[in-house]
Amino acid sequence: MAEQESTASVLLTHEVGLHARPSVKLTKLAKTYSSDIALATAEGGPWIDAKSIVRVMAAKAPQGTVLHFRASGPDADAALAALVSLVKRDFDEAGVHVSERSHAGD
Amino acid sequence: MSASASPSANVGIVIVSHSPDVARGTAEMVRQMVGDEVPLAFCGGNPDGGLGTSVEAILGAIDRAWSEKGVAILVDLGGAETNSEMAIEMQPEERAGRIVVCNAPIVEGAVIAATEASGGASLDIVRRTAEELSPA
Repeated sequence: MAEQESTASVLLTHEVGLHARPSVKLTKLAKTYSSDIALATAEGGPWIDAKSIVRVMAAKAPQGTVLHFRASGPDADAALAALVSLVKRDFDEAGVHVSERSHAGD
Repeated sequence: MSASASPSANVGIVIVSHSPDVARGTAEMVRQMVGDEVPLAFCGGNPDGGLGTSVEAILGAIDRAWSEKGVAILVDLGGAETNSEMAIEMQPEERAGRIVVCNAPIVEGAVIAATEASGGASLDIVRRTAEELSPA
């Protein structure tokens, strides 16, 4: 079976970063693909399992981080395209996190 | 009129708090952050409306969240755990081994367990993922 490894990176523009809700969305999306998917907040790693909600939340990537993905498996390219798109869309959260932001200034 | 909703392919989540507000709020976070793919039920407070937990209410919550893949229970303090264990012991034999109490913080554990469950993970994986939180 031909295993392909693919990589992609995307700038995290979401203003509170990879906090709880985006982490859940990212992990849930990653889980819908059968490929192994890893995520890192720096090009050289460390790489974490993008399907592990605990690890992704613990990464605490702030706004402005470049997220690096690498995937291997039959649907690696589709998985990366979907994940990059999710991050670019700010996790479909525009306007949702207003209340969290107002607390951040305390 | 037990779980006549469509049989779920995902592990169910039960939230047991001493406070009805904590239980409801935790369930709300799970619904908003994770979604509807996971059977979810909660209970909190004693029958008199005060703080506490009741085996009766926990039994009802387990029935509402029941899934053939099992149910993971998230609890807050002492009595919530012992009453949940009592409720597990009272289950019919065919559910044996398919209901567990997770050793994890109630809010974070519920969100994480539900996230894991929504991807179709087994009960054991759901529990272990929620419990990964604790030592960190």
